[in-house]
Amino acid sequence: MSSKNEILGRLRKNVRETYDMPDLGFEKLTFADPVAEYIKQTTTTAGAKLIEVKEGDDINELIRQAYPNAKVISSNVPGVKADRNPDTVECAQDLDGTDVGVIQGSIACAENACVWVPMDMKQKAICFISEFLVLIVSRKNVVNNMHEAYKELEKLGDNSSKYGFGTWMSGPSKTADIEQSLVYGAQAACGLTVLLTD
Amino acid sequence: MSTLHAKKAEAFLQNQDKVTRHDQTFWSVRAKRDIQANELPEWEQLRESASQIKKHTITHLADYLEEFERNATKNGAIVHWANDAKEYNEIVLEIMRKHNVKKVVKGKSMLTEECHLNENLIKNGIDVVETDLGERILQLMNLPPSHIIMPAIHITREQVKENFGEKGLLEKNGPQGAKSMGYDDKSELEAKADPTYLTRCARYHLRDNFMTAECGMTGANFGVASTGEIVVCTNEGNADMSTSVPKLHIASIGLEKVIPNYDALGVFQRLLARHGTGQATTVYTSHFKKPRPTGEFHIILVDNGRSSILANEEHWQTLKCMRCGGCMNTCPVYRRSMGYSYTYFIPGPIGINLGMLKDKDANYHNVSACSLCCSCDNVCPVKVDLSTQIYKWRQELDDMGHADPMKKMMSNGMKLMFDNPGLFTTALKFAPLANALPSFITGVKLNAWCKHHTMPEFKKSFHSQWKNIKKD
Repeated sequence: MSSKNEILGRLRKNVRETYDMPDLGFEKLTFADPVAEYIKQTTTTAGAKLIEVKEGDDINELIRQAYPNAKVISSNVPGVKADRNPDTVECAQDLDGTDVGVIQGSIACAENACVWVPMDMKQKAICFISEFLVLIVSRKNVVNNMHEAYKELEKLGDNSSKYGFGTWMSGPSKTADIEQSLVYGAQAACGLTVLLTD
Repeated sequence: MSTLHAKKAEAFLQNQDKVTRHDQTFWSVRAKRDIQANELPEWEQLRESASQIKKHTITHLADYLEEFERNATKNGAIVHWANDAKEYNEIVLEIMRKHNVKKVVKGKSMLTEECHLNENLIKNGIDVVETDLGERILQLMNLPPSHIIMPAIHITREQVKENFGEKGLLEKNGPQGAKSMGYDDKSELEAKADPTYLTRCARYHLRDNFMTAECGMTGANFGVASTGEIVVCTNEGNADMSTSVPKLHIASIGLEKVIPNYDALGVFQRLLARHGTGQATTVYTSHFKKPRPTGEFHIILVDNGRSSILANEEHWQTLKCMRCGGCMNTCPVYRRSMGYSYTYFIPGPIGINLGMLKDKDANYHNVSACSLCCSCDNVCPVKVDLSTQIYKWRQELDDMGHADPMKKMMSNGMKLMFDNPGLFTTALKFAPLANALPSFITGVKLNAWCKHHTMPEFKKSFHSQWKNIKKD
């Protein structure tokens, strides 16, 4: 008998009493102004910066102002001027040395600053290998809490990402593994700037 | 007769500064968890729901695992099933051999610790690089984790610096690390063992490894049956880095980590980091669905005793655990004795129970590492009745032949006295005489209950007090 059948057999044999799935309809945390809460969470606990993009603003100009010393910018977001493109580089390693990666987020969650970043590029390395990240988020996509966020993700179904990977990202990479000191820039981005668009 | 835990804890307690720092570190995490709890009005409903979802899933696990496998396969993942650690290690090795893997970069995974994967891979000539900062520090120092979420918290920054120096990281990656902080010269940062500097040294050291490894391995916090995805939560992004460059991804997941759907995931995502580290979320909650373009994605479902725990009427609910570490952070005994005092690789309340389920004779030492304060029961996000379970294990110690003979003798003595009213009254009458005895007699160290305690004074019995009141 295969290991799979042995395992399933034991699990079925060893259940003594079964339990039902609970009703999850209880009231969840919501905010009078979810966008304001999203901004607050992003710029405080999550440790990111946020720029509210106004009508007539040039995204490329905002990126340059946020990271004036950046030499290598990588992106596949339409309209963003980039030196490297995660769709056309030969391999993931070619994105190493990216100073600023520019990526597009979709659903954003007010309670914890999480933004769904879909892998809509061939090399997802851009989301993690870049020294700094710029994340473009629309204020129209802000929801209250993770229950609502997962409902939205469910609606997207197979469109939740092009290449079958996505991450809820709330800010720059961080760690407190050395004596509990909070340090940004553990393995992935050292800093993150959200561009909040209409 | 002291247990191994008591002996090791005694040694740890010699250094009061270290104990205090350890204690306060974890208490501060517990305090952060409390702040999170107060910010969510639905906190208790979330915990109750999480407990019920787990009870439901675990008692329908075969069905959910089949659904998970069906959907994962449809997504293009290759699903394997391992009965035990041996079979698991064989599966991993076979995949790596097929892909001619020489180096693997690994995200933190307690399951691989449980199955001794690293030792097995190294024995077979494969270089293993842990990529969680804490895990990497310990790997370079050749030490095991002392906590499941903050594995290297007992190591000081000076120790990290010394070790990074010995292993060549400061020399090789120090300049880039300092530069990333805007310093041209690393010496000042190095002199004060700056945590950011040390972290950045590790960052660039690990980047070298991400670039050259042929395989990335991760654990999984959740498997979602309805979508066939695995979900990995980290703050560092190391699981993501491990799977962004190498084209081969192997994910190892304990059977009990599979949950039904996104509705359930919403509940657990909100609870995991809030309980474990007192954060509203981890920085990354990553959903792995398909292999990367031209890559391969393997998921190994590991039993290794889990299906048998389900049959254990008293202890099956340990399967609800999602390894947040919250019970360790709150446990007064863990905080003051630290992870290495326990005989099982997972310490604290959940580790005591998991250790007993794994091997009673090897791990009975830990069941005394509990004051039955029940704090763990009150913080557990999935409501595992941890202290009740520890209490139940203690009732079995005598049958296992592991009861402390001194405590057993005293218990038998007390039983004789309480069963015999004449003896009881006489003993009460004469007990206060013991107050007059010098403490070196009453506080004999043979009596384990006297260690670090002063014996209380015997009061006059209620009987004699009542008589006196009536006289007045």
